Amino acid sequence: MVESRMVRIALRAATALVLAFIYLPIVVLAIFAFNPSRLQAWPPVGFTLQWFAEAAANPEVARAVVNSLLVGAFATVLALLLGTLAALAVQRYLFFGQQTVSFVLVLPIALPGVVSGIALQTSFVTLGVDFGLLTIVVGHATFCVVVVYNNVMARLRRLPRSPEEASSDLGADAFTTFRRVTLPGMRTALLSGGLLAFALSFDEIIVTNFTAGPGTQTIPIWILASIQRPDELPVVNVVALLLILVSVIPVWLAMRISSGEATRRV
Amino acid sequence: MTPRSADEPANPRRRLARWLYPRRRLQLGLLLTGPLGWLAIAYLGSLVILLVNAFWAKDSFTGKVEPFAWTLATFESLLRNEVYGTVAVRTVGLAALVTLTDALLAFPIAYYMARVASPRVRGALVIAVLVPLWAAYLVKVYAWRIILQGNGVLDWVLAPFGLEGPGLAEIANSWLVLSYLWLRYMILPIYAGLERIPNSLLEASADLGGRGPTTFRRVVLPLVFPALVAGSIFTFSLTLGDYITPDLVSDAKLIGNVIYDNSSLGSLPLAAAYSLLPMAIMIAYLLVARRLGAFENL
Repeated sequence: MVESRMVRIALRAATALVLAFIYLPIVVLAIFAFNPSRLQAWPPVGFTLQWFAEAAANPEVARAVVNSLLVGAFATVLALLLGTLAALAVQRYLFFGQQTVSFVLVLPIALPGVVSGIALQTSFVTLGVDFGLLTIVVGHATFCVVVVYNNVMARLRRLPRSPEEASSDLGADAFTTFRRVTLPGMRTALLSGGLLAFALSFDEIIVTNFTAGPGTQTIPIWILASIQRPDELPVVNVVALLLILVSVIPVWLAMRISSGEATRRV
Repeated sequence: MTPRSADEPANPRRRLARWLYPRRRLQLGLLLTGPLGWLAIAYLGSLVILLVNAFWAKDSFTGKVEPFAWTLATFESLLRNEVYGTVAVRTVGLAALVTLTDALLAFPIAYYMARVASPRVRGALVIAVLVPLWAAYLVKVYAWRIILQGNGVLDWVLAPFGLEGPGLAEIANSWLVLSYLWLRYMILPIYAGLERIPNSLLEASADLGGRGPTTFRRVVLPLVFPALVAGSIFTFSLTLGDYITPDLVSDAKLIGNVIYDNSSLGSLPLAAAYSLLPMAIMIAYLLVARRLGAFENL
């Protein structure tokens, strides 16, 4: 170690402070979810589970959860397919414009969200497409592709080519080799990429707000609408806490599966 | 499974595989058609439609866009009204401030994770830091609202000192909450960048008489700079593109708010024209970042 004792102590203190900063809002939210008062004032006045029951009985919440799950599932499947194809092309072939492919794939998350949102909305309006679950999926799939792409790219880079060569030496055709050698090698990368894509989709609001149209609510859209209604806030607290858990679990799993290889980028 | 013989003419899959084998260009084309087609149609296509809408007129009675009625009137009105300039300067300034804040917050923790902590602590820290920062964007904004609003947590903490929280009006709230939200985009690349620096370089610097600060300034910083730029792409872009956080925690409108408000009020050409500004800023930013070597650190 090159760092002096003083530097290390200072770094440890700074790390602890940043960690406290990161967890502060989440802890506050968790406490409010059990607060019996309808007023969102600190400190809480007691402990109750009644808002959990109310959230469970709320039909709007149920519908939004179903919508979010559907959108997440479809967007993830599309992203897995498109992201894997793109990664195989860029990793396994040499061609002109290789760098441009990576650039174009990262564009949907590198450009400001409001630009992507208004661009998609304008296109749907101009082309006369009806807003609904499908328009949400189009937006989500577009920025989820890069997540899968990054995960699969990282894996393909590390995967040795010799098992594939052995497979074709033993008489397997390209499809069989892909199905029985390459695909199993990529399995955990696909799993963690898919989990991250799902988490990203489940949580997205900036673009979704533009592509959902008036009739369709996902969980984040329901939360955004309900924040404006003070009566709903206790239920919002509960749903928000659950959303944190639901969106954090896939990320946690993905990081465990890929042990840091994933989540390099978004 | 018994090994198959090399010739199985009846199997169409094998025949297709054999036919494709020498045709590398075709294989590549088949792989790329799906993803590039999707991005070209769904994303680049919609960016083009957005661009075109900025040059289309708007019916002043119905508020509907008149396709193919070309005009520069929207840009004229953007330039004539100085509010749009003020909002743009405010947004870019805030994006720069958020980026700087995140760099300052991320550096110590990334350094600790990459170079001081034991491998076990490091693994736990990576998860402890990144998992909560990864997800539930809206929930975190909402949690900050509970903290900042009148009678919120901050008011309660400050009350014994005779002070009051900022409420939900100040632009400083946007600065705080956006810095919080985008922190992970900065921590990760810096952490990865620091981890790649070999110890021997730091030892060499020390052997040559470089003290801590000198080594940091002349060895560590230049090596980690591209990673910092990579992180800044996201902190900067996400701030330019947000309209929900500034709306929920402050009264100060950003570029995103102007775009969103106009699109929902039906003034689509204006929203489209104005959105060309953050898009142009980010494309310029990306091109400079690529020059600085940031893309290898993405």
